Amino acid sequence: MTATVLRAVTLPDGSRTDLKLSDGLIVDDVPAGAEVIDCDGLIALPGLVDVHVHLREPGREDTETVATGVQAAARGGFTAVCAMANTQPVTDTAEKAEHIHDLGLDARDADVAVIGAISKGLRGEELAELGLMHRSRAGVTMFSDDGHCLMNAQLMRRALEWVKPFGGVVAQHSQDSNLAGPGACCHEGELSGRLGLGGWPPVAEAAIIARDAMLAEATGSRLHVCHISTAEGVDVVRWAKARGIQITAEATPHHLLLGTEELVGYDTVYKVNPPLRTSEHIEAVRAALADGTIDVVATDHAPHATQDKDHAFVDARPGMLGLEQALSVVIETMVKTGRLDWSGVADRMSHAPARIARLSGHGQPLAVGSPGNVTLVDPERTAVVDREASRSLSRNNPYHGRDLPDPVEATFLRGRQTFRR
Amino acid sequence: MKHLLSIADLSRDEVDSLLATAEEMHDVQSRPIKKLPALRGRTVVNLFFEDSTRTRSSFELAAKWLSADAINVSAKGSSVSKGESMRDTLLTLDAMGVDAIIMRHAGSGSVAQAAGWVKASMINAGDGMHEHPTQALLDAHAISRHLRALGRGSLEGKRVAITGDLLHSRVVRSNVLLLDKLGAYVVLVAPPTLLPPGVETWGVEVSQDFDAVLPDVDVAMMLRVQRERMSGGFFPSEREYIDGYGLTPRRLALLPDHACIAHPGPMNRGLEISSAAADAARSIILDQVSAGVAVRMSVLYHLLAGEES
Repeated sequence: MTATVLRAVTLPDGSRTDLKLSDGLIVDDVPAGAEVIDCDGLIALPGLVDVHVHLREPGREDTETVATGVQAAARGGFTAVCAMANTQPVTDTAEKAEHIHDLGLDARDADVAVIGAISKGLRGEELAELGLMHRSRAGVTMFSDDGHCLMNAQLMRRALEWVKPFGGVVAQHSQDSNLAGPGACCHEGELSGRLGLGGWPPVAEAAIIARDAMLAEATGSRLHVCHISTAEGVDVVRWAKARGIQITAEATPHHLLLGTEELVGYDTVYKVNPPLRTSEHIEAVRAALADGTIDVVATDHAPHATQDKDHAFVDARPGMLGLEQALSVVIETMVKTGRLDWSGVADRMSHAPARIARLSGHGQPLAVGSPGNVTLVDPERTAVVDREASRSLSRNNPYHGRDLPDPVEATFLRGRQTFRR
Repeated sequence: MKHLLSIADLSRDEVDSLLATAEEMHDVQSRPIKKLPALRGRTVVNLFFEDSTRTRSSFELAAKWLSADAINVSAKGSSVSKGESMRDTLLTLDAMGVDAIIMRHAGSGSVAQAAGWVKASMINAGDGMHEHPTQALLDAHAISRHLRALGRGSLEGKRVAITGDLLHSRVVRSNVLLLDKLGAYVVLVAPPTLLPPGVETWGVEVSQDFDAVLPDVDVAMMLRVQRERMSGGFFPSEREYIDGYGLTPRRLALLPDHACIAHPGPMNRGLEISSAAADAARSIILDQVSAGVAVRMSVLYHLLAGEES
């Protein structure tokens, strides 16, 4: 077992310490011969946790595998990721969940928690085997039809009721498919009208969040709102939290940084669902992440092959990479602007996501006895993003060519180095 | 000019030049032998991912009358229907060494995307709900000829009402840009459900009172109700649509004597336009079709022979 000393590293609260990693834990003392890393000027965050990634295996191993996905995760400072259920086949049974769980164990660069589908085949008609997935070796606690909104309110209610006894959480892709129907690929507004792209109105998000919040209240169960993107959606979450409803929400890095104006050239790398929004919505999402209305940053890392993006904008697959630049974007939009301090970053990117996904061993404060899950950060380093340098198999990186913070120096999973610059 | 992607890309001088050349081409069109040698040895491809009759034949005739070699590629039965990406289809045609690709596609922005991939000149023959620049140019050409025939000068200061399914119309987006460049005053008339988002920023008047608009226009341009793009619920019934926005015989009588009627076609007779209006002496609908060939000859000429001339 390797041992490492992060000498004179700064913790999220600003204090400095020698952080000693051995036997998978943070310890008082390390054996002789431990590697010593001079961490003057570096910050140690608890290993980052992402509750929303698409790893594409099984089914589209040409775009990402569990192994390459977790390599990208480690590069981005993540020690655990939650793999969405919209694989091919859909992760909607215990056996399929266990298969992905086992792939995650083999991959080793980050822990992989399996997200199960809410409905069989993501068709929104019948519940998937939620309890069996939970009781399987995969231990699924989070369920989502992400990519599809569960439009059937009765089925949503049943899902919330079904997962409640084992503390599960239902994560909804909030998109009323009647309001934002087929072809909706651009924030509805002046630009969608001018470009002739199908409009995706904010109310299509807020209406579903409101409906589901009421269902969560009625059932006393836990609801998680995926990739919230609108001021109206944020308002509903704020209202629901004030009412005591068990609701959490995530914001993606791209909804924190990129605006709808990126679509002017019809570059399909910027096609994402929900779409990039206008500055007023970006501002609302940033403010909500700062005040805790939005609990976590989640990447919605969505690798796509070039041939799946080389179509007309409306026909191209929605989604963009996110794992490797997530912390970069959070620093750019939240830390540099004074909205979040490092404790806040640790909360939104590690403590809170681990709590939502019920990931034991992750999201714990960096203290003796805790698992050695650490993300070592240089807060000053910047670099121009090069999509060719990605650990992901795909290249649909919306940050390519941008000068952004490039903070991750090293990532440790249970004391073992999974990434080092 | 390398490409024709959007009216927004054209300067006023370029518009004037295109329309002036179209006027010359119009004369060629009326000759017994309709052939100019200007594009001999040049090759153009009509790449239509969407069905079309008038636009495709119009471009094909325009190319042939300028002595270019023209071929037609439609999505049906081609590699596109076998799952090839749009980019690969474009690169394949480009690799054959064609000079221009005239492209229609249901995806907004698709022709601009293609222009970034190929060496050939790209001409937008309609991209989704975005633009149809040659339609706007031919509309301006046909309307200008009508105005001149009546001794009423140019489009400058004239009032053009564009009525119908504006939400799904690429024609309206190009026309608003072009008519503004030409100094015309545009009134958009449509039910609230068929107005594009952000239309209030387009710098035009918007109305839901067709009756009030009609007595004060020089041109009544009607747009097709695009049933194929509608998933339902845009208006309660055809009867109610006609009642509010159809150019019915009653409304025809509200037009000033000099005003003309335009429609880009194909028409839904009895819905957005009555036969009485479509076939009226003041209708320039078939003149628009004729103007289409002249304008497309002009566009091809400017893109492919411009440097040599």
